Amino acid sequence: MNKAAQQHMTYRQAVREAMREAMQKDDRVFLMGEDVGRYGGCFNVSEGMLQEFGEDRVVDTPLSESGFTGCGIGAAAAGMRPIVEIMTVNFSLLAADQIINTAAVLYYMSGGQFNVPVVIRMATGGGKQLAAQHSRSLENWYAHIPGLKILTPATVEDARGMLWPALEDPDPVLIFENSTLYNYEDAYSGNGHTVDISTARVRRAGSDVSILTYGIGLHKSLKAAEQLSKQGIEAEVVDLRVLRPLDNETVFASVRKTHRAVIVDEGWKSGGISAELSARITESLFYDLDCPVERVCGAEVPAPYARHLEQASLPQPQQIIETIQKMGGIHG
Amino acid sequence: MPSLGSQMIEARLIQWLVKPGDTVKRGDIIGEIDTEKGLIDIEVFEDGVVTELVSEEGEVIPVGSVMAVIDGEDEGEKAKAKLASPPEEPEKKEPRKKREKAATPPEQPETASREVPLHRVKASPLARRVAEDLQVDLSKVKGSGAEGTIHKKDVEAFAKQKAADETFEKELDMAEHLSAAGTGGMRQAIAAAMSRSNREIPHYYLETEIDMKVPLDWLNEQNKERAVSDRLLPPMLLIKAVANVLTELPALNGFWTDEAMHVEEGIHIGFAIALRQGGLVIPAILNADLKSLEETRSAFVDMVMRAREGHLRSREISSATITVTSLGERGADKVYGVIYPPQVALVGFGKIAKRPQTVDGAIGIRPTLSVVLAGDHRASDGHTGSRFLEKLNEQLQHPEAL
Amino acid sequence: MATKKKTPAKKKSSRKSREKEQKRHLLHQMIRIRQMEEKAYELYTQEKIRGFLHLYDGEEAVAVGVIENLQKEDSIVATYREHGHALVRGVSMERIMAEMYGKLEGCSGGRGGSMHLYDKETNFFGGSAIVANGLPMATGVALAYKRQQKEAIACCFFGEGAVDEGEFHESMNLAALWKLPVLFVCENNLYSMGMPFELAESETDLVTKARSYKMKASSVNGMDVLAVLQEARKAVAYARDNQQPYFLECRTYRYRAHSMFDPERYRSKEEVQEWKKKDPITTFAEKLKKEQLLTDEELQHINREVAGEVAQAVQFAEEGTDEPIENLSQFVYSNSKN
Repeated sequence: MNKAAQQHMTYRQAVREAMREAMQKDDRVFLMGEDVGRYGGCFNVSEGMLQEFGEDRVVDTPLSESGFTGCGIGAAAAGMRPIVEIMTVNFSLLAADQIINTAAVLYYMSGGQFNVPVVIRMATGGGKQLAAQHSRSLENWYAHIPGLKILTPATVEDARGMLWPALEDPDPVLIFENSTLYNYEDAYSGNGHTVDISTARVRRAGSDVSILTYGIGLHKSLKAAEQLSKQGIEAEVVDLRVLRPLDNETVFASVRKTHRAVIVDEGWKSGGISAELSARITESLFYDLDCPVERVCGAEVPAPYARHLEQASLPQPQQIIETIQKMGGIHG
Repeated sequence: MPSLGSQMIEARLIQWLVKPGDTVKRGDIIGEIDTEKGLIDIEVFEDGVVTELVSEEGEVIPVGSVMAVIDGEDEGEKAKAKLASPPEEPEKKEPRKKREKAATPPEQPETASREVPLHRVKASPLARRVAEDLQVDLSKVKGSGAEGTIHKKDVEAFAKQKAADETFEKELDMAEHLSAAGTGGMRQAIAAAMSRSNREIPHYYLETEIDMKVPLDWLNEQNKERAVSDRLLPPMLLIKAVANVLTELPALNGFWTDEAMHVEEGIHIGFAIALRQGGLVIPAILNADLKSLEETRSAFVDMVMRAREGHLRSREISSATITVTSLGERGADKVYGVIYPPQVALVGFGKIAKRPQTVDGAIGIRPTLSVVLAGDHRASDGHTGSRFLEKLNEQLQHPEAL
Repeated sequence: MATKKKTPAKKKSSRKSREKEQKRHLLHQMIRIRQMEEKAYELYTQEKIRGFLHLYDGEEAVAVGVIENLQKEDSIVATYREHGHALVRGVSMERIMAEMYGKLEGCSGGRGGSMHLYDKETNFFGGSAIVANGLPMATGVALAYKRQQKEAIACCFFGEGAVDEGEFHESMNLAALWKLPVLFVCENNLYSMGMPFELAESETDLVTKARSYKMKASSVNGMDVLAVLQEARKAVAYARDNQQPYFLECRTYRYRAHSMFDPERYRSKEEVQEWKKKDPITTFAEKLKKEQLLTDEELQHINREVAGEVAQAVQFAEEGTDEPIENLSQFVYSNSKN
């Protein structure tokens, strides 16, 4: 009977609805980025928004990542609530100076005087044969920076519910949307409610091993967990949701229960979030571990173009399954 | 010497541009220094007259040292204004102190001579923690993981087994202690052992009937020449026969521990002795397979006597690798025994009674022994059990070979 | 003060007295910067001030002449050579000095130091120490003001080295494209660290460069405070009234090294001496004396007064509090302590 409960929505629609609602609610909110207006967004996320909100609030920018990102940061510092869309994380490197040298440090450097309530959205991830310059998962990198908050919505509910709290947050928030998720469709019963942007969530309970993941990794991990269950191994799947600040509590509680941890991340291992999590678990839960922490991550190569090569470079459910099967003491 | 950067430690004075007696004013360049980054001017921050050039040209001067003295124009406090002159810098002195400290050789650490085990036990951190909690010696635990890595479950299984063994041993000790004195504790010990057996051991039973005419005739023949006290009795024959069979079927001789069968080399036949005050003890005839029938006989007699007097040795009580029970003349026809853990088999002998038997195609009344083998199905199966009974029969039909 | 019944003569004299007052105020401001910077240099050699220290000696007329034209609601975005801008904008010398000492009482609570002076009270959006990094921010501040329909403008100071950076061009384009009220003030002191201007730019006429973005632009002698004052007045009015950006080049010179530890191989001492002859303070003081708006005694009085202010600022900084180390993580995020 409940209409909301039966609603289905794509991830793309969820992001769009979140932006529309924010702009309806708050005059200070506006969207700026390359092709967000006339084109409708490079991933079609903001389609129709220019018509709805006009040019002042859906601002097509020139190809000046550093310029318009810095502009959004300045506008935020001066009282606005901009949503800056950078097409993909790869182009955000051109704006890294503004994100890292300004947004992340302004509040600290000014002794708490100037905060930067900007939201910067960008697509991330590989898997679409876009080769080395368009397939990175650099959210790991940004998660390295104190002063930034890093969100990685993996579900329709999060895509819909994370934006508003991000805009309300007085600090710069980066939202990483895995581009392969835009077409992902799921039941949505959130009714427009917001979700918290500070905790990880257990998406599947289990007793034998904790899979720690986020973004597209969540879906691969859930698939692997279902297969493992048929073999009598119950994996607990934790969706990190927020890469900075990391929710130690939820992660630790899970590992304390299962005594085993696998981190699944399309990003690279070296210096990445998987390395960080592994270190934290070893630091804090060493005597809870019944076997070494394992990682299933992107191969340390620039993304190749050829499909079979690219697929081999990305973590796949089968790899997750095999890694877990080999973990010490897993049976019984 | 002015500090012009945090990485600047010292600099060489190249030349003075002033001499004593010169008047200088704030902002004047009075000299040139050579730093690691190149030549830099020295500027003064006071007006006054140069009274002394402390540093010499060419000298390397640490940051913060006085290079020259300028008499200020004002009299009084500020008269002796110095160039860049923080006089005492505790931070600078620190490295020197550290060096002094480092010069004294550090004491030999106590641990230096400690022995380091050559083979480190491979165990997960959690397994180590659990081992510590459960007081398990990891070197005794068999790991189930890759390269024998011990995981939590291995430690827990070991601890469970160990706890069971310990309880059992404790109960046995108690039984020994109480065997002469009273029965209450022994009853408890028997209860514990039998309960454990019933709880843990999946028993299987195989039975057969053995024609005892040949062995009994042989015994009678032997006993004709013996004194009453030296007579050979059927249980002695049975014990010796069982011991001989076990040399060929080791799967029934040993213990089930750590989730596995551990075959024992020694064949120690435990036999249940009912005590007059009630209860029973099960001493073992050690290495029964190596003993002659005669040796078996004397060991048997000795043990029964000592059992009734309460003088069994603990090794005799704790070493049985298999148990034999025989209820004797007044007993029941058949005994379905309960295996004594962690043993894996028990042989039950009923009373020898005259029963109809088929012998050479005709029915005759013969002395017959009913044998029931109770086996631990984790350690052996019915096939082994059947062979045991078959071989036992063979042994008994040739008593002279015993 | 002014009444309708004033005689023309009186009007004239009151205008004259206002003019005198303003000119002496400009001189006073420049001397404040100069003395503060000289003291900072001295304190650096004594290791009271650490980190990088970029001094503004020689360029005082630019900050003073431009900022004099700004309103309270306008914003300033500056660089790592921003002590002077903060001071004339109204941040007290005490708080600036305390900041360079790394004290809690400093205008950034000791977290910024010489290169990162901030003051929300006066809309001083601080010193960014990444060349050209402040331009997009200033553009964004102006964008916010335009959306908020404020009368305010954003005033952005940067050196000519910033012109080499992509962020300069992106910001110039965006500001012109979106018609944002930004005043871009290029303090052209001829060297980006050691790199001479003419070796870094294919087009050294910055006005031409700015106009290529269809931006109104002009250039002025940055050693002459009155010239800067007048040119900036036009520029500010243009940006505010037309809601358009404006590019103002101020040709100036820094006397000091780029930062402290700099042997200055890239320029001759003679060149520095030549520029010192055009010193914005001494030439302006001479001019005022000539116009009989200032006496030697009055100049001495100003110098003494400022020396007193500097001494007091140093004392304030010396007596400042070290922030407890427990507060290390404060201000990383607004809501939490981690």
